[in-house]
Amino acid sequence: MTELAATDPLPKPKRDIAPVLLPVALALLVIPLIGSTSSWLTLTAASLAMGMMIFIMASGLTLVFGLMDVLNFGHGAFIAVGAYVATLVLAPFAASIQADSLWMNLAVLAPAALLSMAVSGALGLVVERVLILPVYGQHLKQILMTTGGLIVAEQTLYALWGPQIIPMPLPTSLRGSFILGDVAIAKYRVLAMLIGLAVFIAIQLVLNRTKLGLLIRAGVENREMVEALGYRIRRLFLGVFMTGSALAGLGGVMWALYREQVHASMSDDLTVLIFIVVIIGGLGSIGGCFIGAILVAMVANYGGFLVPKLALVSNILLMVAVLMWRPRGLYAVTSR
Amino acid sequence: MTDLLKLSGVHTHIGRYHILQGIDLTVPQGQVTMLLGRNGAGKTTTLRTIMGLWQASSGEISLGSERIESRATPDIARLGVGYVPESMAVFSDLTVKENLVLAARDGPLDDSQLDWIFGFFPALRRFWLSRAGSLSGGQKQMLSIARAIIEPRKLLLIDEPTKGLAPAIVMALIECLKEIKRKGATILLVEQNFFAARELGDNVLVMDNGTIVHRGEMAALAADVPLQERLLGLSLEAHQ
Ligand SMILES: Nc1ncnc2c1ncn2[C@@H]1O[C@H](COP(=O)(O)OP(=O)(O)OP(=O)(O)O)[C@@H](O)[C@H]1O
Ligand SMILES: [Mg+2]
Repeated sequence: MTELAATDPLPKPKRDIAPVLLPVALALLVIPLIGSTSSWLTLTAASLAMGMMIFIMASGLTLVFGLMDVLNFGHGAFIAVGAYVATLVLAPFAASIQADSLWMNLAVLAPAALLSMAVSGALGLVVERVLILPVYGQHLKQILMTTGGLIVAEQTLYALWGPQIIPMPLPTSLRGSFILGDVAIAKYRVLAMLIGLAVFIAIQLVLNRTKLGLLIRAGVENREMVEALGYRIRRLFLGVFMTGSALAGLGGVMWALYREQVHASMSDDLTVLIFIVVIIGGLGSIGGCFIGAILVAMVANYGGFLVPKLALVSNILLMVAVLMWRPRGLYAVTSR
Repeated sequence: MTDLLKLSGVHTHIGRYHILQGIDLTVPQGQVTMLLGRNGAGKTTTLRTIMGLWQASSGEISLGSERIESRATPDIARLGVGYVPESMAVFSDLTVKENLVLAARDGPLDDSQLDWIFGFFPALRRFWLSRAGSLSGGQKQMLSIARAIIEPRKLLLIDEPTKGLAPAIVMALIECLKEIKRKGATILLVEQNFFAARELGDNVLVMDNGTIVHRGEMAALAADVPLQERLLGLSLEAHQ
């Protein structure tokens, strides 16, 4: 029996690539509508950059939803806190930011981003212990607690920094564009794409190549069985929550630099987009989150160019369309 | 004969429903104890309560010298309890290999243990790197059992393992469980397949409406058709 089995060909695992083709199809579809190739390239680059930033902010949230079924409406607080904390480093070293040297710029930018991630991650620890632990398993209370936490965080930022918008200029070496023929692609967008891609690859490596990652994926699908195998999933969840908070902080810094400003309610519009991304990607799916983020950004950019009046509703329409196609999102990984 | 597992006066509520209504049972060390009963009798609920997946609302559960009724599921598992749920609960997004890597929580996969398992369930070797979600129902069942025995466990709680398995695989499974027993494991087994129950069971418990209504030796119940009909509604022969 064993010998016969060994000679049988191994069935290839099927890959579900239809969702991957979706952004590609969308990008190709709008070419004739937009008309000019250079506008299309600019809009596409803007979409990819914005998509990567939204992905960074949403990746932690989707795992938190998927793994523990926790509705966190306060995720935006980590974004704003991350951005504000970066100003603590960037403001005193404004001279280095204005210097026309990539290395001098990065020497300030990198520590600023790392500090933001550290503070957001630590705040994640506190939020998980204080706000989420007591209301574990109770959705309505989770919404109330985390929304309350968001309000407290925003008001604290106002109290500490004041109500005014704080400028956050892009470092000199990241200004301007790469020129390819008659197409200009902003340098900062390229950087955002690279960072987003790096975060995506890092998360995928952890999820697919480490035992910790296997546990997270298994927990997203069936948390009871992970516990029945002897693993304490609460600790795993705390780690995921802190990582997700830190990534939201990083996303906040990147978004603030993109907009070149910081204010306490900067995450409000983003939060809506992030929720749409998490829902259309499929709760708990990092791949779905990645594709969803690109789709949402494309709809925002192409839609804003083609039919500006529909800018607000276009992403809601996107969500409706995706859910009609796949009611549990692009990739359904939870068993709930 | 010492008892490895002992439940006394265990009640379990699920929401408003009072499901287990005072369970008293013992599972002797080194033996296979069958848990039988009609659909809805509370067999699965009993296993889940032992595993800590439902919290007993009152009563005592001891494993060896440890009281476990208020321990968390991972701690109960780490005391050496392996669980094969009725739903199998394989991680379908993970490969067969990855499912077993997680189940072997004390270290890397042991090759000789794996070969031993492949001997019973050759399909697992064949689909080693396939997604568990792509396995057939019977193959998932094999994987779920393999997960519980990949490392030696003191006590195995197994819920209807032969459901949906082809006869040849049922035989392999029976051999496998017998050998696990020979290696010193204690098993509490929910099983409707008469042949498997008679082959494997040393003792038998019969449940109805959330209580134990019969306890005795498996051989005695297997020989007593009128008793089977009274306890189970029909004879064990008819169950298969
Ligand atoms: N999650 C739940 N919520 C409410 N009632 C439940 C739940 N799980 C089980 N029950 C009820 O508890 C009772 C016992 O169910 P249980 O699954 O333990 O039976 P069983 O003996 O394993 O049955 P079967 O042979 O069909 O597997 C049933 O009446 C069932 O309806
Ligand atoms: Mg059952």
